[in-house]
Amino acid sequence: MSTIQLNGKSHEIETPISLLELLRQNKVEQPEMVSIQVNGEFVSRENFESTLIQPNDEVDFLFFMGGGSSC
Amino acid sequence: MDFTEDQIQRYSRHILLQDVGVEGQEKISNGKVLIIGAGGLGAPVALYLAAAGVGTIGIIDGDVVDLSNLQRQIIHFTPDVHKSKVLSAKEKINQLNPDVKVITYHQLLTASNALEIIKEYDFVVDGTDNFPVKFLINDACVMAKKPFSHGGILRFDGQTITVVPGTACYRCVFHAPPPPNAVPTCSQAGVLGAIAGMLGTIQAAEALKYLTGVGDLLTNRLLTFNAKTMEFRTIKVKQHTSCQVCGTHPTLTELVDYEQATCEIKQK
Ligand SMILES: [Zn+2]
Repeated sequence: MSTIQLNGKSHEIETPISLLELLRQNKVEQPEMVSIQVNGEFVSRENFESTLIQPNDEVDFLFFMGGGSSC
Repeated sequence: MDFTEDQIQRYSRHILLQDVGVEGQEKISNGKVLIIGAGGLGAPVALYLAAAGVGTIGIIDGDVVDLSNLQRQIIHFTPDVHKSKVLSAKEKINQLNPDVKVITYHQLLTASNALEIIKEYDFVVDGTDNFPVKFLINDACVMAKKPFSHGGILRFDGQTITVVPGTACYRCVFHAPPPPNAVPTCSQAGVLGAIAGMLGTIQAAEALKYLTGVGDLLTNRLLTFNAKTMEFRTIKVKQHTSCQVCGTHPTLTELVDYEQATCEIKQK
């Protein structure tokens, strides 16, 4: 097991792990609803599967959020 | 600008602030802010900016007040149901502060009217509910070099970022609208009403900071919070040289209307 920072918190996971798998483990059912940064760098959606997370990586899930006028 | 005695009294708590003072209040009173969407976010933004004495407030919204809006859209009252949102908002602003000039646009913001409307204002507040318009606001403001505040809420969560020329834009962070059928909206997923106030007041504070030049704007940082845990986070984001609209070689040089995925359509 190794430690990563996910959304600002420490998580113990088996690495390496793909971003897609990390999304699955965190029950993010719609990858198209999230923008991901790894160590501050944006990862495009088509690379979610090929991007492998290493120990101590900082991963941020930024979710699309609408809401406002009629919502 | 010479303030009357009443105005000095009305704005005394701003004037007392060392960072604001009479000069800061003058900047607020000369300021012009456009609020896009007179709903959950636009309501608290409009009320606080009106109370603050922002000289001109523009409000654009094509909707009418619905009973289900009143749980969070605090500028609209029960007798306003079926009234146009911009008119309802204007009436409250006038009552709260007659110093404020209110310009209403009872229409949707589109690729064809966006630049024309925003060019009249110093600062733009995004209080809209759907991604096509959020991207349209971003692109129009980047192209017109207008600072703006993005805001989004869903369920118990909120997010906001301020974009000024030269800082990370909404497209730098989110790139392109999500597929229309993928998006949960508040009308499907729900939203805790007070969240709208939490986020809208942050947006109003950013508008006032911009007008007065006080403090550091929420730029290059996405602020997110979750009301269940009441944890707030700011995540550093970067302006991308490859950004389609604010990058070094923008490929998006004209505004486009994306497919609308509004709550009404999605409810069907
Ligand atoms: Zn950008």
